[in-house]
Amino acid sequence: MSQVRVRQTGNMPDINQRNTDWYIDKIVQYLVFLSGISAIILIVGIFVFVTIEGFGFLLEDFSFREFFLSQWWEPTDDDEPTYGILALMAGTASVTGLAMLVAIPFSLGSAIYVAEFATGKTRESLKVLIELLAAIPSVVWGFIGLSIMNPLIIDIFDVPVGLNILNAGIILGLMAAPIMTSICEDALKAVPDRYREAAEALGGTRWQVIYKTVLPAAKNGLLGGVLLGVGRGFGETMAVLMATGHAINMPGSVFDSVRALTATIAAELGETAVGSPHYQALFTIGIFLFTITFIINLSADLIVRGIRKS
Amino acid sequence: MKARPIAMFFVAAATVISSQHLAANDLIQNKGSDTLVNVAQAWAEAYPAINPGVTVAVSGGGSGTGIAAMINGTVDIANASRKMKDKEKKKAKESGQDPVEFVVGYDALAVFLHQDNPATEFSFTQLGKIFGRGGDTTKWSDLGLKVPGCGSDKIVVVSRQNNSGTNAYFKSSVLKAAAKAGVISKGSFRQGTLDMHGSKDVVDLVEKTPCAIGYSGLAYATDHLKLACISVEDGASCVSPTVATASDRSYPIARPLFMYTNGQPKGSIKEYMDWILSDAGQCILKKKGYAPVRDVNCM
Repeated sequence: MSQVRVRQTGNMPDINQRNTDWYIDKIVQYLVFLSGISAIILIVGIFVFVTIEGFGFLLEDFSFREFFLSQWWEPTDDDEPTYGILALMAGTASVTGLAMLVAIPFSLGSAIYVAEFATGKTRESLKVLIELLAAIPSVVWGFIGLSIMNPLIIDIFDVPVGLNILNAGIILGLMAAPIMTSICEDALKAVPDRYREAAEALGGTRWQVIYKTVLPAAKNGLLGGVLLGVGRGFGETMAVLMATGHAINMPGSVFDSVRALTATIAAELGETAVGSPHYQALFTIGIFLFTITFIINLSADLIVRGIRKS
Repeated sequence: MKARPIAMFFVAAATVISSQHLAANDLIQNKGSDTLVNVAQAWAEAYPAINPGVTVAVSGGGSGTGIAAMINGTVDIANASRKMKDKEKKKAKESGQDPVEFVVGYDALAVFLHQDNPATEFSFTQLGKIFGRGGDTTKWSDLGLKVPGCGSDKIVVVSRQNNSGTNAYFKSSVLKAAAKAGVISKGSFRQGTLDMHGSKDVVDLVEKTPCAIGYSGLAYATDHLKLACISVEDGASCVSPTVATASDRSYPIARPLFMYTNGQPKGSIKEYMDWILSDAGQCILKKKGYAPVRDVNCM
């Protein structure tokens, strides 16, 4: 290594001499190292912070039964505040579920098109556009839900309010689709060409090659992409806050308004007294959300890595 | 969390900088009730003409926000459309604040309907059955009404988020009374109410939704809404929400509006509070659609 350097720089007399370059080199090394591990520090820091803030509630007012099985979220009730997140979980789950129904066919279709069919300029511009779609701020999506989808849903389905699961599910599906498309496309690209060639040699049509060979081979990567989309849907806040109607409700149909876990934190956290049970209960929801998204993202990552190794 | 110390730093920095450059320019932080925010803003805008040395920074967010900020010690004056709870007062004392209460006006809490809605009056019992937990009025036809434009017949119940003083007042007056009368199981809201984040959002949604019923401060009413006439007892004569009926307390859901200062106000904060309660301040409040604390003669 040092020899290589001497040869490259040529006129440098002694490699061990501590000149300015040496210091810059050291400093840059440390800076890069710090940025490298900053993700770890941040994630541990956030988890510790969220846990500390929510801990008082877990010790004192927390009742497992009430928290997970009661559908009444009434943290500001004077007489007997109840902290039940069942209805909020149902809200998040129903919206995310519908979002996946919307996003999976969309993103799988466009991933197959971009990876297998599109060529040249079409392919490049499509990839750029998909990435651009992922960059639209969620508040803009929320605004679309509020001002375009809302009257549209009222008109088409003749329901009293258009701020409901259907609205939020479609919006969230469109938001999750780009990231799912990118990852699914990567997974399809990772399938070696010899698979396709072999299938074609056996006389398969284009669709048969994709359906019988490429998709099964890319199965894990596709699943990982879908899971990341689920994680995105689970954690999304602003668009969901604006498009769901923000009503605590056990949904019975897609036209019911609901409220998501994330939206509850966003709407209430800034307005509670720091350290009060309500404040801590919100952080407990935060711990719960953090755990769920962590599990989803981790399993997605493991699945994707699994396919790359094998 | 993190934003508060940073915000405080900026406020402190701004105060230091401004006090260095513009002699004696005081900044009063005023925050809270969404019901009060319009008039608080109007006061803040009119005040520099009276006392050019003082700037008042107003923000809304709900009574809970203001009270939380008072407890956390990040505001000079907190606005609230409900009284501070004993628990909150205790909490404030514990963290070194001493909230002092001022009643700065009264507000009629109006029940809003879509303008095509044929309904005109509601009793507390009827409202309780619509808004309250266990209430059995979920369709407009349950009230014998056919609302044009509302094909599904379902009543869309529009409410406010749970830290709102408006929400708390509606609950403690209308729903508690209905629960006492035994028409609903508990004096709190039913599930599935659309909890809006501000009075203006309630108004917007009710304006656009024929099936909707909502409530908010009278000052937010627009020409595109219908205001319901309210009676306490079934069959009793009802009273419409106006500044006059809120002033003489004949409107049954009129509530006091509060401002809280940290300790007995001193200096520029005291001058500001005195001015708010003076005829000039109260006339601004009246002009904005609220009822003044006493009879005032305004131009």
